[in-house]
Amino acid sequence: MPLLTMSQAINNALREEMNVQPNLILLGQDIGPYGGTFGVTRGLYEEFGAERVRDGPLCESSTVGFAIGVAISGMRSVVELEFIDFVGVAMDQIVNQAAKMHYFLGGQVKVPMVVRCPIVGRMGMGAQHSQSLEAWFMHTPGLKIAIPSNSYDAKGLMKSALRDSNPVLFIENAKLYSSKTEVPVEEYLIPYGKAKLVCAGDDLTMIAISGTVPEAVKAVNYLEELGISVELIDPRTLNPLDTDTIVSSVCKTGKLLITHDACKTGGIAAEIGQRVMEEAFDYLDAPIVRVAGLDVPVPSGNAHSGFVPQAEQLVQAVLRLMGKTPDVTALGNYLRETKYTNG
Amino acid sequence: MGITTVGETKKQRDLSREVLLAWYQRMNTIRAFEENAIDLFSKGLIGGSTHPSIAQEATAVGTCAALRPDDLMLATYRGHGQCIAKGADPKFLMAELLSRATGCCKGKGGSMHLCDVSHGILGTNAIVAAHIPIAGGVALSSMLRKTGQVTVCFFGDGASCEGEFFETLNLSQLWKVPLVLICENNGYAISVPVSRSQATPDIADRAKGFGMRNAIVDGNDVIAVYHEVHSAVENARSGNGPTLIECKSTRWERHSAFSAGRYEDPEERQRWQKVDPIPRFRKQLLEMGIAEKQLQFVEDLAKTIIREAVEFALNSPTPSLESLVGGVFAD
Repeated sequence: MPLLTMSQAINNALREEMNVQPNLILLGQDIGPYGGTFGVTRGLYEEFGAERVRDGPLCESSTVGFAIGVAISGMRSVVELEFIDFVGVAMDQIVNQAAKMHYFLGGQVKVPMVVRCPIVGRMGMGAQHSQSLEAWFMHTPGLKIAIPSNSYDAKGLMKSALRDSNPVLFIENAKLYSSKTEVPVEEYLIPYGKAKLVCAGDDLTMIAISGTVPEAVKAVNYLEELGISVELIDPRTLNPLDTDTIVSSVCKTGKLLITHDACKTGGIAAEIGQRVMEEAFDYLDAPIVRVAGLDVPVPSGNAHSGFVPQAEQLVQAVLRLMGKTPDVTALGNYLRETKYTNG
Repeated sequence: MGITTVGETKKQRDLSREVLLAWYQRMNTIRAFEENAIDLFSKGLIGGSTHPSIAQEATAVGTCAALRPDDLMLATYRGHGQCIAKGADPKFLMAELLSRATGCCKGKGGSMHLCDVSHGILGTNAIVAAHIPIAGGVALSSMLRKTGQVTVCFFGDGASCEGEFFETLNLSQLWKVPLVLICENNGYAISVPVSRSQATPDIADRAKGFGMRNAIVDGNDVIAVYHEVHSAVENARSGNGPTLIECKSTRWERHSAFSAGRYEDPEERQRWQKVDPIPRFRKQLLEMGIAEKQLQFVEDLAKTIIREAVEFALNSPTPSLESLVGGVFAD
């Protein structure tokens, strides 16, 4: 099975669907000959031409507006927003228009549109280029949200998004674009609302998304050496959210830790934690723990690594939950020597 | 660019009496619809709010008369009249205003969200200017699929101050999409008059900065509106790109039936009544030799249509809980 970067996997999904759907077009800035800010649309302009790979001006709001118009009138559109941080400029079109139009127009129109936007966290670009904003959209009925953490999931989820009749916010992660996973040559789709069991375990359930998944994998591997068995789940989609898988896991382990790069306050961990409280309170034998980004604007430069969850923090949080004291020196040594491979 | 005046007799002759009478009927239907909507709102039968388009009937009817049945239209929350003008059945619109299950949007949209895809109406929108780029995208889609359809987008002077309006002028002209932008300048954005919201007196001028075809027309003159829009539609259909038409208009009623307070001065109100597009068109029709009796018949017919629409709406059930919680996602 070929190893593909997440960027190649998304590119392949777009190319395959553009080949079979003549009414599928791409809109955005720098998606043409330039190939996308992070190279995800590379080669598509050359293959499908300027009509279908439409480089446009900087106007995120109207670009999404045009994409909605295209989608409600017999075509399908994909918009690239260069950084998820710019989504605020297009917020009304996404949350008031795309998400709700099918409902408030009584089902007379459908909005088959994908808005691709990368989180560019953990890359030191500061307060307006490195945020994780997925929680904003979980608060919006009518919008599907994918947030893959590896190439395999990214391709399967993008393929499904490109066959869905609804608007999908597809949250990529620029830091993970170059990480590789095995991706089958044969076609496959990944359904929305089906979490991925990254590894099975018995002592504790850990939920991680997007940029925290690699950190969680590192932490889980280290904890395994200490004899602590963690069940790691990547929900992959936030709407629909696979609450069943999470709740079943908590019923088995009795403990839950949720981690994300976004600010802790109002983050998706609050929603996931509350759902578990509502459905599995009696199974919990410890308080639910959140390990999340700090509630401050993301600082620029590399000094900000402490502002988003690192494997070390996850290990320490798990050990506290298990009533154990971490050996800080051993942990540091281990993490320095471990390299992450996704998937 | 001056205001197009009536009296271009050759153009008038091109339009048959039957056609003009049908327009007159539609204008009366819209007026009756809006008067009934205000009445139903005052009786507490319309939840939320409703935004009447009384005195703007000529723009709606003149514009839609210039379209093919398969042409597409998007409008704002002040869009009841435009939906009627485009061919929607007032019954289903009125039921929607009353949030009934038989409404065009199953009673889930309400007064501000009307839709009738079978008549090319792709929705009225309650976020000012948000539908302008969406209309641009619809036009782009028609262009790419080579359907020959033209998209018309109605909006007000208020929307012309929003960023998305300017963005769409740029994008639609850049891509030469078959779009006709109809700005109904009724003089007020809720309470703020254009003199305190617009840097230049004519909104149509904004198109010039984008190299876009543009025109100003007396929005109270249905025939003038028709000719101006017809020319813009033909231009768009021929692949020559969009036009911005500013229809100078008036708004008699408050912004919405829900709005508090008045803001126009009484003199201005009297002046508005003098330019009421319906008596004005009536006078023209009489001058063209259409009998008083015929006009009366059409006026009565319009009232009957709306009376039946109100009865239909009042006798319709409210949506079920199942319907209200469903349909968030399409299958």
